[in-house]
Amino acid sequence: MALIAGSLAFWAAAWWLNVRLAASRWAGTTAGRLAVPAIFGATLLVLWEGLVRGLSVPSVILPPPSAIAARFVVSTDILWADFVQTFVKGALTGYAIGALAAFAVALAADRWDVLRRGMLPVGSFMAALPIVGTAPILVMWFGFDWQSKAAVVVVMVFFPILVNTVEGLRAADAMQRDLMVTYAASPLQTLLKLRLPAAMPFVFNGLKISTTLALIGAIVAEFFGSPTLGMGFRISTEVGRLALDMVWAEIVVAALAGSAFYGVVAAVERRVTFWHPSQRGRG
Amino acid sequence: MADAAVTASPGAGVAGRGRFAARAARAVWPVLMVVGVTVGLWYAACLPMNVKESLNQAERAGAVIVPEGGQARRDASPWGLMAQNPAHLGGVWSQDRPRLPAPHQVAVELYETTVGMALAGRAFSNRSLFTHAWVTLSATLLGFGIGTALGILLAVGIVHNRAMDMSVMPWAIASQTIPILALAPMIVVVLNSVGISGLLPKALISAYLSFFPVVVGMVKGLRSPEAAQLDLLWTYNATPAQTLWKLRLPASMPYLFASLKVGVAASLVGAIVGELPTGAVAGLGARLLAGSYYGQTVQIWSALFAAAILAALLVGLIGLLQRVVLGRMGMGR
Repeated sequence: MALIAGSLAFWAAAWWLNVRLAASRWAGTTAGRLAVPAIFGATLLVLWEGLVRGLSVPSVILPPPSAIAARFVVSTDILWADFVQTFVKGALTGYAIGALAAFAVALAADRWDVLRRGMLPVGSFMAALPIVGTAPILVMWFGFDWQSKAAVVVVMVFFPILVNTVEGLRAADAMQRDLMVTYAASPLQTLLKLRLPAAMPFVFNGLKISTTLALIGAIVAEFFGSPTLGMGFRISTEVGRLALDMVWAEIVVAALAGSAFYGVVAAVERRVTFWHPSQRGRG
Repeated sequence: MADAAVTASPGAGVAGRGRFAARAARAVWPVLMVVGVTVGLWYAACLPMNVKESLNQAERAGAVIVPEGGQARRDASPWGLMAQNPAHLGGVWSQDRPRLPAPHQVAVELYETTVGMALAGRAFSNRSLFTHAWVTLSATLLGFGIGTALGILLAVGIVHNRAMDMSVMPWAIASQTIPILALAPMIVVVLNSVGISGLLPKALISAYLSFFPVVVGMVKGLRSPEAAQLDLLWTYNATPAQTLWKLRLPASMPYLFASLKVGVAASLVGAIVGELPTGAVAGLGARLLAGSYYGQTVQIWSALFAAAILAALLVGLIGLLQRVVLGRMGMGR
């Protein structure tokens, strides 16, 4: 009972603090912008821990965060092996292949206008479909190991990147293209010096959307068959054994990997498209 | 652009309807071409994918195949087999359990498990795709409804409360980079163990997946009115509730529909993946899983196409709603 009351009191106190912080002159500073969500996140964890322990929720339903953290620390070697199998081998390989393929097709679609007008509607249509459903087929074709996961990822990331790149290659406006004509630039020079750089914000939009899709594809494909390691394999088997602390530890890994992957792509974007209005004034 | 030339051509105004048809044709035929090429490549791909099973079958039926015996052919290259046995390749498009079913096989299976069964008066029997599609669709729609309603509520809260904005918004954005779908098996199994099964666990996954796109889109939308418009309502002495109903919500509609499209597609994926851990009882995800257990590839492909058609219908429906609503509000293009 004391635990429940304590965590609720902590929640109230933290919320009061956040309201005060948000209204204070700290709100505009970087420290304030980081502190408020951090306090909120910590509150959720405390509330979770307190309620689970206070109401004595069995750990086969919801383990407390401390148990998850303990499990995480104990089984780092398993988690690391799963991470390498699913993320490095499956997701990253597939992401690279899919992105390169989409980029090549986008360049071809840009070169032949008929192709673009056919590809764009089909591509946007495909991007909205539940492509993750191809997983059982691709697992059947490429076997249980990471190759089939990479294949699922390729199909999943292909269409968002294709559609965004094709859109982006049309982003340079007529005035800028005319300028290149007055310079007597060849089509290749126009592509390399004007239209590809102008397309980069769009390309990175597609790349950023695809980071999450890549992880989802690699994990879900493992539900349809995998060797005895991998994040999706671990999640489905440990759920079956009701070892939920391990499942949550695996989800923490997935969350960390997903945010880090997104962060890396966003950081590259900032370097590449430093000239774009959305990136200016960020220091 | 060629469009400009068409518009400027003499007599363009007279032949308005013909020009519309011509423009529609211009838009449609490249799409048809891409689809046609895809189907053609698909048929062609059936050759190397199914050649071994097809030759085995032909040999059992008494034909003479060049490397004799299935053992000898197992590790041979499909291209070599195709070149050596050109007369016995017809079977690649009519296998029972092909590695890659031909398009017409999928189409026939789709027809038989939907319209065919409906004509036989068994539209909602266990083998009918209508049954499975409805199981998935009901979970999708329930979850999508819950997720959208909660998402709009949270967005309204975020716009009106600075502390909430600063606390919740970074997490809402960060959560979009996390593969939330990985939670699906756990949610289903845990809810099952406390006695909640059937529709609700899947709907919760769907709700969770459609929730965050709606929050992020609606916050953007509710903030889209310009300062001058907000100032005008301020001079009218409007209450925050009046500002919300008369300015912020109407202004957010384009953003709402954009995120609804993303949300409904995510909801469908959530419902399909939510069906996987329950052991393939009913639903499109269950059809996928059962198909992959028993090597029923045609069944997998038809479930996949059913899911694709469902997704297209849902997104198309929201697109239609968007056009009607925005048109009535004077915001249509």
